[in-house]
Formats: sequence, C-alpha cells, structure tokens
Amino acid sequence: MSKTDVVVTGLGATTPLGGDVATTWSALLDGRSGISMLPEDWHEKLPVHFAGQIAQEPSEKLPRPRLRRLDRTQQFALIAAQEAWADAGAPEMDPLRLGVVVSSGIGGILTILEQYDNFREKGWKRVSPFTVPMLMPNSPAAAVALEFTARAGAHAPVSACASSAEAIANAVDMIRAGRADVVIAGGTEAAIHPLNIASFASMRALSTRNDDPQTASRPWDKDRDGFVMGEGAGILVLESAEHAAKRGARVYARAAGVGYTNDAFDIVQPDPEGAGQARAITQALTDADLKPSDIVHVNAHATSTPAGDVGETRAIRSALGDSAADRVAVTSTKSMTGHLLGGAGAVESIATILALHDGMIPPTINTSELDPEVAVDIVLDKPREMPGGDIAAINESFGFGGHNIALAFRRA
Amino acid sequence: MALSEQEILAGLGEIVEEIVGTEPSDVTPEKSFVDDLDIDSLSMVEIAVAAQDKFGVEIPDDQLKDLKTVQDVINFIQK
Repeated sequence: MSKTDVVVTGLGATTPLGGDVATTWSALLDGRSGISMLPEDWHEKLPVHFAGQIAQEPSEKLPRPRLRRLDRTQQFALIAAQEAWADAGAPEMDPLRLGVVVSSGIGGILTILEQYDNFREKGWKRVSPFTVPMLMPNSPAAAVALEFTARAGAHAPVSACASSAEAIANAVDMIRAGRADVVIAGGTEAAIHPLNIASFASMRALSTRNDDPQTASRPWDKDRDGFVMGEGAGILVLESAEHAAKRGARVYARAAGVGYTNDAFDIVQPDPEGAGQARAITQALTDADLKPSDIVHVNAHATSTPAGDVGETRAIRSALGDSAADRVAVTSTKSMTGHLLGGAGAVESIATILALHDGMIPPTINTSELDPEVAVDIVLDKPREMPGGDIAAINESFGFGGHNIALAFRRA
Repeated sequence: MALSEQEILAGLGEIVEEIVGTEPSDVTPEKSFVDDLDIDSLSMVEIAVAAQDKFGVEIPDDQLKDLKTVQDVINFIQK
C-alpha cells in the first residue's frame, strides 16, 4: 500500500534571530548571530554569561492576562503556531481532523522555579492556581489544541533535544495513519534560568567564551568549546497532500520520510561511531523512497560540542555512502541561533524546508578553522545556492538519552 | 478605617483587569464572576488571593464559593 503524501503548508517561528519566520530566515542567510549577554546579576554565579535569548518578547504579541496563565514555552509555541496557521491560510476545517504534536524538551521549568520561590517566600496560597497546567510538559501542545480547536489528538513526545523533530515525525505518522488531515507540529523551549545554565555548565557542555559570545557557537571549529543555550519555538503545519491540493494550499515542501533510532550507548554521550545516527538517516531515506544521491543538503544537529560534531559528519558519510556524501552541503544553523533544545528540531526543519523552497542554504558562521576530522563539506560563512530539480534535504536532531531523529524533506 | 463601596469596587476592577483582562468599567456590583464576567474557577482563586492582599481580609475557601457576584465580595470585605 502506498503511503499518504504529507506536505508542509505553513511555517511559524520565534527565535533569537527574530519574532517570525521571515526575520529569522533573512538573519540566517545573512549569517547573523542571535547570541546576547545574560542579565549582569547572573554573571557572578555562572561560568557562562550569554545565551540565545528570544528576539521579540511574547509580551509584544500576547495580552498580559493570557501571558500570566501560560508558561513561557506555551507563549512561544502559541506565537509560532498563530503565525504558521495564518501562513497556511487558516483553513476552515473539521476539528476532529485537526491534530497537534508540540513538544518541549524540558517543559515548564521556569514556572516550576518561579512558583517554588513563591512557595518558599510567601507560602502555599501564593502559588499560582495555574502552576500545574503551566508546568506540565504537554502544556504547549494543549494550549495549541485549545487555540485552534484541534480535537483529533494532541501529543507531546519528549526526547530532550530531539523532541521537536520527533514531534514532526509523529505528525507525519499521524497523517499517514489517517488520524488527521492536518497537524500543527513542532516544539518550544524556554529554559534560560541560572539553574539550567548551571546544570548544563556542570556537565561542561556549554561554551564559556564570555569575551566573544557571538562567536561562541562554532560547530566543527577546531577550538569549539561547547554549545550556547537558546530559547524559542518552531511550528509547522503539516497536511495530507490530498487535503492541501483540495483547498489549493501553497506547499513549501514534502515531508517525505522520517527515521527514529536510539543509540542505547550512554545517557548523554553520542555513540562515537554514529551508528544510530546513520541508521536514522537510512530509515528516513527508505521511508521517503529516496536515494542517497537525492540528498543535496543536511541541516545538522552539530551543537558546537567537542564530542558530538565530528561523529555526526561520519554518520552522514556512512549513511549516504562516499559518492553522495562527497556532494552533500552540510550546515549548522545553531552557529547563529544557539541550541534551542526542544525547539531546535522544528526551527531547523523550517530552515531545511526554506533552503529547498528558496534554493539557498544558510551558512555555518564562526568556524574559522575546521576540525580536520570533519568528514563532509560544510557551508561556511556565506549562503550557498542549491541545485535545481527534484532534490531533497535532511534535518537531523539528537537528544540526551540516545535519541536520533532524521527528517527527509523533498522539494514539492 | 473602613473602605467605601466605591473604593472596593475600583480595587476589584483593577484586580480583575490584571488577572483576566476585563475592562474595569465592566466590573459592576450586580455582575456574576462566572456567568457575566466569564471568569473560571482557577482565575477566581487568583482574584480572591489578590483581593486578600489588597484589602487585608482573609477569604476562607468555604466562603469563596458563596461569593458569586461583585457585590457579594464587596459585602464580605466591608463586613
């Protein structure tokens, strides 16, 4: 039986580079960094003084009474979902055929920490009655479902930094399984807080390049020293090709295939052989009915950590084979956005889709000297034009816990 | 010093605006919080806590459920 074709008909984002997709995308093509300094009073206690903080605060888009009952993850998700839904033409549809899959890697941790402060300082009565519906990790999915009256199901797969890529994969599966015609899918993260910075810093996972924060995220550079924490959300509207055609929707790309694997190697370290990552790519290709030579571009997970970046390029080479791997153009947009954790896979899927749609691959910035072990061609400093024709690209996302997700998008 | 009904009403208007975004001028004594002002039970808890802070009057949970209208709250605070 042939699979239902799934297409992307709407995009929305709020990121360290801009409050919407258009500003984020133009900043990515311009090679701009979205990294900025954290509040002064955090510096003394932390080894890291910068992060990829959102470019446009939710208070510019949502009224105050709504903000106070939504965790920041929900605020980002709603803002991005509103943009994506409008971008898709706000289709009139049966609520029973509209689904939601929106993830967060960590959940409403800012709510937890803020309410814990309230509890300790002022007592239980001063804990917001909205604490529970704000902190639960399914709260962004639930908020989006409420906003758009999506009754086919609302899901929130959690796989750390692979969460929003997994959400998109689940959404594709949901449409293929016939459970929905349209799914609003993606992810969100809002975890910039001293405790979380301290937690990642204590793993020695973060860059400490405090004297030059905008060059700190430098995937594959010889002197990379860790990732830069970011916040934000990306949301896609996915739709069965049949439903999209019937309503004459504009199609950005086909969501052609998905691959899910787990390393089962270590709770945080990626398998240095990249076998699980390579299997995810292979699965996505098979699922999409694509050949390795169809893949012209990979938006890599590459977070700028010493351990992860190089192994990923080996996995790409092993999955695609030498001849396709020699021609694939690989980039890491995290060099500009920082690492959006549970928002990363969705924002980077948007970059992958727009690269196919607009024919331009955003560059990797800050990488002045490539690690000699990098096994593929990296798009450095300047955007690169894509070839024409029926081509495809892959977005990869990996998460603590060994999760590997590969998403294959194909030019429509 | 006891607050006047007008002062309490104005204070409640500010609280309701802050918590659910309703225009203070819509917060009039005869209105029911649930039926007229469309305020849900969790927001009602927030409003009660904010009213306790503002007017220095403890509203026990078992009495909160009897405070249906804005006038009920005004009466409770004045008592």
